[in-house]
Amino acid sequence: MRHIISVVFQNQFNAIPRIVGLFSGRGYNISAISFGEGEEPGLARATITSEGDEQIIEQIAKQLHKLIDVVKVVDLTFEPHVERSLALIKVTALPSNRPEIMQMVDIFRANIIDLSAKTMTIEVTGKEDKVNAIISMLEQFGIREIARTGCVALKREYHGVSSE
Amino acid sequence: MSKNTRSQSESSKGAEAQSMTGSEILIQALLDMGVDTIFGYPGGKVIGIYDVLYRTPKMKHILVRHEQGATHAADGYARVTGKPGIVMVTSGPGATNTVTGIATAYMDSVPMIVFSGQVASNMIGNDAFQEADIIGITRPITKHSYLIRDTNHIATVVSEAYHIAATGRPGPVVVDLPSDVLAGTAVYKKSVGVDIRGYNPTYKGHSKQIVKAAKIISEAKKPLLYVGGGVIAGNASESLRQLAMKGNIPVTTTLLGLGAFPEDHPLSLGMLGMHGTWYGNMAIQECDVLVAVGARFDDRITGKLSTFSKNSLKIHIDIDPACISKNVAVNVPIVGDAREILTKLTEKVEKGNTEEWLNIIAAWKKNHPLKYCPGKEKILPQCVIEKIAAATRHEAIVVTDVGQNQMWSAQYYGFKHPRSLLSSGGLGTMGYGLPAAIGAKIASPQREVFCITGDGGFQMNIQELTTAVKYKVPVRVAILNNGYLGMVRQWQELFFGQRYSQTVLDDGNPDFMKLAEGYGAVGMRIENNDEIDTALVAAMKEKNRPVIMEFIINREENVFPMVPPAASIEDMLELTD
Repeated sequence: MRHIISVVFQNQFNAIPRIVGLFSGRGYNISAISFGEGEEPGLARATITSEGDEQIIEQIAKQLHKLIDVVKVVDLTFEPHVERSLALIKVTALPSNRPEIMQMVDIFRANIIDLSAKTMTIEVTGKEDKVNAIISMLEQFGIREIARTGCVALKREYHGVSSE
Repeated sequence: MSKNTRSQSESSKGAEAQSMTGSEILIQALLDMGVDTIFGYPGGKVIGIYDVLYRTPKMKHILVRHEQGATHAADGYARVTGKPGIVMVTSGPGATNTVTGIATAYMDSVPMIVFSGQVASNMIGNDAFQEADIIGITRPITKHSYLIRDTNHIATVVSEAYHIAATGRPGPVVVDLPSDVLAGTAVYKKSVGVDIRGYNPTYKGHSKQIVKAAKIISEAKKPLLYVGGGVIAGNASESLRQLAMKGNIPVTTTLLGLGAFPEDHPLSLGMLGMHGTWYGNMAIQECDVLVAVGARFDDRITGKLSTFSKNSLKIHIDIDPACISKNVAVNVPIVGDAREILTKLTEKVEKGNTEEWLNIIAAWKKNHPLKYCPGKEKILPQCVIEKIAAATRHEAIVVTDVGQNQMWSAQYYGFKHPRSLLSSGGLGTMGYGLPAAIGAKIASPQREVFCITGDGGFQMNIQELTTAVKYKVPVRVAILNNGYLGMVRQWQELFFGQRYSQTVLDDGNPDFMKLAEGYGAVGMRIENNDEIDTALVAAMKEKNRPVIMEFIINREENVFPMVPPAASIEDMLELTD
């Protein structure tokens, strides 16, 4: 089962290698990790996507918590939360295909951020299944390169009321 | 350094308020933390530190002969005192030579700080001479590590490293010191405390959980205390004894827990696990309430997990929340300090109705005692351990190496006090015995220290004999010489059709007596049973030099009982007469 774990940590020089090393060293699966500066200077937040059963995920959370630099560990999977990931997709776009691609981009509320004689680079943000969907729709045109982030997520504050 | 780490510090008066070099600050900071002994070996990148040590007689430096020896000696020192052992090595190979010792300390939760020199900051990552990414190499085997980039941070890091190594679940910390940071200057401010945002071990157990546990224990008909190294690290032996006696609860310990409960007490079941007592393992399988304290349900203890203590309610007291329900799901977890929680539990527990259970156990002890076949021509190692125990009245510090010598020591000595058995349990590091014994004796010169080792392990850090001779450390080294890599040979005998592949050592072993003489130690070779007692008396008279006692033992003696690999712990192999 896919879990999203949010880790708040003091961004000392060795913190990220320790967090990632924990996963590889103990044989835990890590599908994606995304991290950046957090809400306070010196504090960073990493969002880790991992596959595993309840027991493994509980161990992961406990081992993360043991790390000296880690301040807080939250398993967001079962809490109400918002999640987003971003993808940049470079597709082969010959002039004849451009209108159809642009239509798709429009439907998915994505953006075209680069254009050349033969290619188009599309930026899309959303939940992972939306990003997966547009990628599979674009496959027919020939995808040259994809750069994806892992998902980032935060807990929802107003339960049951979604502005999404 | 993050600005969020508030380190409260104050300017000291007089000499400490002036500008000092990084090396001077390092040594002063250690002195101010109460450190008086460093185990180390110099080198190019730490010459500056050693120059300061030259004029700091207050800081005792033990010069070893291999950096691995420094780590094991610091480990022995730490297990005896409870204070972090301090190691000082140079960059590159000096640092990489500490890896095994750090891993040994990590697996057994031993407090230690390893200070390693490093190339200058602008050379890091350049494949410079004697450069090694020791932080990267030791990341998975350290509790935490630091690479200091600013001379002003040295004092803070030293006090943080000490705090992290010594508190919560103790462990090794590595501090990497680039040479320019050591040469730079700063004003030294004595640290008066640490505040690390992400590090707040829980000491006080949850009161509701304690009440719940007390009720379960009081109502149990067949309770059992399963005790690990955490009780010794937490200085909780006395509280454990109170609980066991009040509740009339039998106690079995892991290898690292030996000595937490006196083995001559009627409630003691000795050690459990792969080479534990028959009755210790059976008690685990038959108990109805299992109280685990400071133990981690390691595979050497549990055997096959699916059949481990199936019918018991489990209470687990541990300072490390990650240990709880890691291998074995428990019913009542209590995170916190062993001594505190055991004391509170004892207050709330009522003496249970355990007489019937204790009678069953007494019958087990009678019918399945630890035993060996006496009357062999060659000396029996179990007999050697028993005689050492008698000669030292069960009061010595026993430091073992790894393998059969380790298991026989654990089975036959009979420990009565905590911090008496020093053994590499988690990592099982051969070569641990001699240097650790040296560290232990330096830590407690008034106690008798015996190192029990084998002809294999003794040679792995043999160079430390020089250290013992130089510092007049009178450890007694009992080599149980069977000319084999004993434990592996036992497995080859039992499970690999006696194909002793690469485990025969005696067609290349040196003359240990000539070696002892060459090093300046006392040597004794004992080949007959009737020589053992007199040899021990003579050995224990020696006050200034290490004594190497080579016992020529029965070659194919095996350790029993044994839980075979992947077996359920009640399916022990026993000695067949």
